Amino acid sequence: MGTYIARRLLWLPIILLIVSFITFALGRFGPGDPVEVLMGQYADKEVVERIREQRGFNDNIFVQYGRYLKNVTRGDFGESFKYRGRTVSELLKKKMWVSAQLNIAALFLSVSIGIPLGLFAAFKQGTFWDTGTVAMTLLGQSIPVFLTAPMLLLIFALKLDILPTHGWGGLFDTRTILPAIAMGVPGIAIITRLTRASTMEVISQDYVRTARAKGLSESMVQRRHVLRNSMIPVITTLGFSLAGLAFTSFIVERFFGIPGIGNLFIESIFARDFPVINAVIIIGTTLFVAANLIVDLIYPWLDPRIRLGGAYAT
Amino acid sequence: MQPERTAPTLELPGQRNRSYWVISLRRLLRKKIGVGCLTIILIMYGSGILAPLVTPYGFNDQDLSITKQGPSLAHPFGTDRLGRDELTRIIYGLRTTVIITIVTLVTGSLALGITLGLVAGYFGRSIDTLIMRVGEVTSAFPEIFLVLIIVSTLKAPITDWVRGVEDVVGFDIVSLGVVDYLVLSLALAIFSWFGMARLVRGQVLQARENQYVEAARAIGATTPRILARHVLPNVMGPVIVMVSAGLAGVAGSEIFLSFLGIGIQPPTPSLGLMIFENGSISVLRSNPHLLLFPVLTLSLLLFTFNLLGDAVNDAFNPRAR
Repeated sequence: MGTYIARRLLWLPIILLIVSFITFALGRFGPGDPVEVLMGQYADKEVVERIREQRGFNDNIFVQYGRYLKNVTRGDFGESFKYRGRTVSELLKKKMWVSAQLNIAALFLSVSIGIPLGLFAAFKQGTFWDTGTVAMTLLGQSIPVFLTAPMLLLIFALKLDILPTHGWGGLFDTRTILPAIAMGVPGIAIITRLTRASTMEVISQDYVRTARAKGLSESMVQRRHVLRNSMIPVITTLGFSLAGLAFTSFIVERFFGIPGIGNLFIESIFARDFPVINAVIIIGTTLFVAANLIVDLIYPWLDPRIRLGGAYAT
Repeated sequence: MQPERTAPTLELPGQRNRSYWVISLRRLLRKKIGVGCLTIILIMYGSGILAPLVTPYGFNDQDLSITKQGPSLAHPFGTDRLGRDELTRIIYGLRTTVIITIVTLVTGSLALGITLGLVAGYFGRSIDTLIMRVGEVTSAFPEIFLVLIIVSTLKAPITDWVRGVEDVVGFDIVSLGVVDYLVLSLALAIFSWFGMARLVRGQVLQARENQYVEAARAIGATTPRILARHVLPNVMGPVIVMVSAGLAGVAGSEIFLSFLGIGIQPPTPSLGLMIFENGSISVLRSNPHLLLFPVLTLSLLLFTFNLLGDAVNDAFNPRAR
């Protein structure tokens, strides 16, 4: 167990190093020379050359990368090319907070609607309510955000005119409602289906029958014996759905004009703003790998039957 | 598509002369959902492949006198801001999806994934460890970020290189949009092989222990022959299931990247690009059809892919029978 965690933790920096080096190198060798991006197309050749020398762009790529990495460990991602005079860190801090709030809102919706709905369907197994819920989740899972976002806009913002169309005003603002729903729909569907499936499996177990037989109240059985076991797969998916949320965040931010990290990233790619691109990728990778790691570590803690270390068994 | 009209054959117990493929295909075609999905996908893929034949207009034919019209008889899905026929552009957009999904799956999952999985599973030892470790590391990467970076930085040099080839060959390649397709497919393929390789490896590990493999080796069959004739056919079932389950993901990735303005570049039509161009609140207010038709096509496509994946799983998965 200890060695497993250690090994997994060792992978984290290695993956980060590889990813950050790839993005760094592609940024240097790809189209759009950084100094020309910085100075504009019509800059004086001599000035360009001087700046190149000054900022160390003529050094070996590994030297440059090492220097960049040293700055990054101190939390300094450099200065944005596009937004002159603003450091990447201050730029990111604001945008990341916006995106994080949006993600939290969507995740909250998925969990607070998905789990009760799934439990409800499982306990009403075989009835009309169950079938209806399953049909709804199937639909919710298949509809891409590309459809939900414009549909929500069309219905609630344009036709009914009860909610604002775009912009951002913090977590507790009416403008957060539509994007959060658009992002939350797939999550709600997945969590509902998963909760239902795993709860139904747990209900049919012998120990649940035993618990009922020894005279525990129904609510006690559900809380102590069913819920605890049926939440295991749900929690694992939460980790994955976090990564999925980041994915949909790009689309939703674009549709609803939210000044988050997704919009910033796309802007930066078009403007070839390499310091921002590198920073977003390093942070994104860290979060992604860390989320997977945390899920893996929570798993055996929830379910002692799972033993760690059995790398890739089948 | 009426598979049930074939003459009924008597099935005696112990007489299994129909192959696994025929049986599985029949199971798939017997299901209404399976047939429905296949029909829709065939129509979409067919019209995509035959786009120049089935569309009355060119995808870039502009007519500024009829911009932003609603649906009419001449233009069933209306026209966009340059007077281009929306239906035509959607069909050409489907062609993009067809090309990307097929190229990515063939190069990534099928060629790379199956080969590496076979090699890893059959030879084992250090080569197995190497392939699986590399795969684990690639799957730990946040795929979409790296695809984004690879596509946005490598496209220009590759385009330049193709231009060089053009000078030698003497005809236009770049304007066909081939470079976009190529770069995007390859970038997606790099990250899509591992799931397949792991699956095939697991299957091979099981199949390898079978006596028929031992028998084949005993009569002196070469390793490639054993792999191709004895091992591979036995792992194809799960492979088919995985490919059909992965279709929606690949199509979605292409559309997502084009939506971000990084995948397919105009004027080559792509559903993602059309959604991006018309994905603003002002278009939604004045000409919702420009956004809704591409979005609905895309939704239908992804939905059928998902349903087909389930149906194929039911029909081809040996455990499900």
